[in-house]
Amino acid sequence: MMDESVMKSGSNLESVLRAGHFAVTCECGPPKGADMEHLQQKIELIKGCVDAANVTDNQTAVVRMSSIAASSILVKSGVEPVMQMVTRDRNRIAAQSDIFGAYALGIRNMLCLTGDHQTFGNHPMAKNVFDLDSIQLLDVVRTIRDEGKVNSGDPVEGGIRMFLGAAANPFADPFEFRVIRLGKKIRAGADFVQTQCIYDMDRFREFMKMACDMGLDKQCFILAGLTPLKSAGMAAYMNRNVSGITIPDTIIQRIRGVPKGNQSEEGIKLLLEQIQEVREIPGVAGVHIMAIEWEEKIREITERAGLLPRPQL
Amino acid sequence: MIIADPKPFGQVKGYVESFEKILIVGCGTCTTVCLAGGEAEAQILASGLRIAFGKDGGSKTILEDCVQRQCDEEFILPILSRVENEKIDAVVTLACGVGLNFLADRLGKVPIFPGLNTTFYGAAVGLGHWAEMCAGCGECITALTGGICPVARCSKHLLNGPCGGSEKGKCEVDPVNVDCVWQLIYDRLKKLGKLEDLQNLLPAKDWRTASDGGVRRTIREHIYSPK
Repeated sequence: MMDESVMKSGSNLESVLRAGHFAVTCECGPPKGADMEHLQQKIELIKGCVDAANVTDNQTAVVRMSSIAASSILVKSGVEPVMQMVTRDRNRIAAQSDIFGAYALGIRNMLCLTGDHQTFGNHPMAKNVFDLDSIQLLDVVRTIRDEGKVNSGDPVEGGIRMFLGAAANPFADPFEFRVIRLGKKIRAGADFVQTQCIYDMDRFREFMKMACDMGLDKQCFILAGLTPLKSAGMAAYMNRNVSGITIPDTIIQRIRGVPKGNQSEEGIKLLLEQIQEVREIPGVAGVHIMAIEWEEKIREITERAGLLPRPQL
Repeated sequence: MIIADPKPFGQVKGYVESFEKILIVGCGTCTTVCLAGGEAEAQILASGLRIAFGKDGGSKTILEDCVQRQCDEEFILPILSRVENEKIDAVVTLACGVGLNFLADRLGKVPIFPGLNTTFYGAAVGLGHWAEMCAGCGECITALTGGICPVARCSKHLLNGPCGGSEKGKCEVDPVNVDCVWQLIYDRLKKLGKLEDLQNLLPAKDWRTASDGGVRRTIREHIYSPK
């Protein structure tokens, strides 16, 4: 699919994708403090089940251990991280500084995001940064990697090799603009994207058709985001409160239709069906499983979906 | 214009509690229009203070005045004269922060207190409803966005299109009251037949012309003479 000689970082995730395998990533959220043990437990749960794990960056603007520190712990523990960086909290000086630090600590995948507004988190009174948007951040990192220059034009002392990712949301508005925005992210430097979690499969199919028509699947690896629903309550909560996520009634009814004790198994069954569906959509290069605070299910999910063992390259 | 909101009465009363002769100064321009600090509001505040201090059994003198603007010397000279001649102890201004600072720089030993909280540059989008329109960033890019400003009107001041929180034309930060400006820009560029402008990659902004770059000033060379 893509020229293997154009390896940007040599990371495991990149190698798996470039070799043509259907990639699997998941999420690993750092603790709301310095509790390394909790993080270590999460790491053990996902080891061997995924090609890389995203480490979130103060997700939903709630203060957690920094993504770079937690990513470094993953590296040491033998799980390859995708370090997420949002532009909400750090200006270009801090961002570039952290990128050099991340590379020095062995991090080779990065996801460039704008970030949820601080009003959603536990520090809504904090000053808002957004010196850059996600597209500009991609451009900044790409320029460091490919041209050896920081944003100001000064040459770097020691280059970086980083596999660059971005998020895509086929479910936000305006719909027609979403593929254009994906195109912009690719032009700015995205090597791969992970989508927001999919429940409306038809809308995702439509999005992928538009993306393929524009040839974007050939320029960038697109991973389909999926989140297992633990219960009908969780589905209803997410529908109401998480922006950019709409869960069709049919799904909520399906989960609600089984006894409460069986709802999580129904959620897993649904996820396994979704994995099968996205594997068949042209242009989809892998899945990104966001089992938030349910990391213990990753092994079971990947096993039942026939995704284990992961390729060892 | 500059929008401001009245400070809580208790806060203003607290500022002037220890003074005997207080002058409330309204402003005839922006804060009159947004019904925060004009002549009427100055009179109401002065009355309120008289009643409140009267209840406390005190004997304060609360005076009021209003001038066209408080951000140009010619308009505030009469106020400065009043303060000196009438031996005013403290001033409360109902101008925006600009007028407040301008007076503060000229009042020497006389304290001045804000009667308002100054907020943003905005316009009346409905009766009694003002919304933010400009961020004063000093480098206007709206030629590329149909004249609609993402620096001021996007909650994250994104320059390359909406984030994932744009839903049904609303901003996730306040979906009841705030439109997603990128939806507005999209709709506007569609009407103008310039949707392809959204393909442009806007590079990282140079914030030096904004307040991030330091305290700003501007000069008109043809009339300026350094002191």
